[in-house]
Amino acid sequence: MALFYILIAAAVLLVFWVIAKYNGLITLRNQVTNGWKQIDVQLKRRHDLIPNLVETVKGQMDFEQSTLQKVIQARNAAISATGIADSAAKEGVLSGALNKLFALVENYPTLKSNENVKQLQEELTSTENKISFARQFYNDIATRFNIAQQVFPANLIAAMFNFKPSELFEITVEAEREVPRVDLSLKK
Amino acid sequence: MPARNIYEQQEHNKRTTLIVMAVFIVFLGFIGLGFDAFYLGTVNEELFLPIGTLIALGVGSLSAVWSLKAGAKAVLSSTNAVPADPENPAQKQLLNVVDEMSIASGLPRPQVYIVPDADPNAFATGKDPQNSAIAVTQGLLDSLNREELQGVVAHEMSHIRNYDIRLMTVIAAMMGAVLLLSDWARRGLFWGGGRRGKRTSGGSSGGPLALIMLALWIVGVILAPLISQLMAMAVSRKREYLADASGAELTRNPLGLARALQKLEAASAPTASIKRGAAHLCIVDPVGRTMNAKEGVAAELFGTHPPMNKRIMALEAMAYQPTPAT
Repeated sequence: MALFYILIAAAVLLVFWVIAKYNGLITLRNQVTNGWKQIDVQLKRRHDLIPNLVETVKGQMDFEQSTLQKVIQARNAAISATGIADSAAKEGVLSGALNKLFALVENYPTLKSNENVKQLQEELTSTENKISFARQFYNDIATRFNIAQQVFPANLIAAMFNFKPSELFEITVEAEREVPRVDLSLKK
Repeated sequence: MPARNIYEQQEHNKRTTLIVMAVFIVFLGFIGLGFDAFYLGTVNEELFLPIGTLIALGVGSLSAVWSLKAGAKAVLSSTNAVPADPENPAQKQLLNVVDEMSIASGLPRPQVYIVPDADPNAFATGKDPQNSAIAVTQGLLDSLNREELQGVVAHEMSHIRNYDIRLMTVIAAMMGAVLLLSDWARRGLFWGGGRRGKRTSGGSSGGPLALIMLALWIVGVILAPLISQLMAMAVSRKREYLADASGAELTRNPLGLARALQKLEAASAPTASIKRGAAHLCIVDPVGRTMNAKEGVAAELFGTHPPMNKRIMALEAMAYQPTPAT
């Protein structure tokens, strides 16, 4: 009889453990989704800022029309991107184009000291940072999610309820990886 | 894996919090119970009505609750802090940096305040990540570049993320309660002698055992403020190391904070507008940095902050660790 009660108690404990683990995984999965959405929010912000920046510098950067054109094109391509891989690639191109523009602004003293340009630069620097911090946060939370479903014995539950590991965000475009951190010099 | 170490450290600090709270509760109970036994005569063989103990614990928890409710506002207004203005370029940059760090930590954005003081310093306050504030001095905005500012804000954000703001607020309140009560008890020693004499009918001052208990209690009452202060400072120092480390985890750039600390250290003037009561909240000790600059037993015991060169060395060591590529 005692054995019977022990078995019952063990079964109840097991059920509670499964519920707790399952809920933990669900929470993490939602955080991962939310983390991914945060990246999108920041990318959208960058798309919205770029026309402003281009308008402000256009007048004084006659020689750099092609660079400005590239920024605009990269932005439009990034907006119309479909799918995660495509979007990541096009946002990478946009980052590269923006970095080049930032580097060129350094050659125009009047532009560099212009209050509007300074403010826009700060906004864009901040947005670039926010994008990379949002990606960093996504990677952190996705790593925690993946670890939580791969360690034993939680992996049994993950398999039972068909949890899939999240993909980590990686720099896919060679150009973005190569670009030296030009914007460092702009950080006041 | 530096990240794992930080989580382990957070766990360790949560345990420390519980231990510290327990010690403070024991202190308060000890003072109150002694008061009951030796003055009020409410605790003896035939009667157990620990009014003094209840009052002591009540004062402790009331002051803790009050500081959690209103403490942040009180600290901010005592430093004359004003909300950061997004129209001002330097303050806009600060707001942006705070935004970046709240994204990196996944927490809601805290309120941002500027303290009109020329000495560079910063602190965080509040009761939880949803109700928190970061304040920096004007001097900090003027002297740090963007990267260094990011390091400082990440440090403060970590105080919020690790619930240091809550812990330090509660500890400060408890310390205040212990100070207050031990002060009352000490005064009681002087004017209470006559009353105690009338109560000898009870068992309270009967045998030599009671005398020993009384002596122990008096020593305890005298030492309580000192011990609680040492304990608060020990906790505060640990929290600073942890905030440095988890701040570096947020920016993935420990050298930014290391350089900022070097600049803060060089500007060794005291931060006049930050009062002693808020010292444990600051990134560098606002009162005087001589104690925290020194190493050795005295600094290890009495500084609210760890020695600066130790903090900088720890951060520089982190910079050589492999960090995830993002």
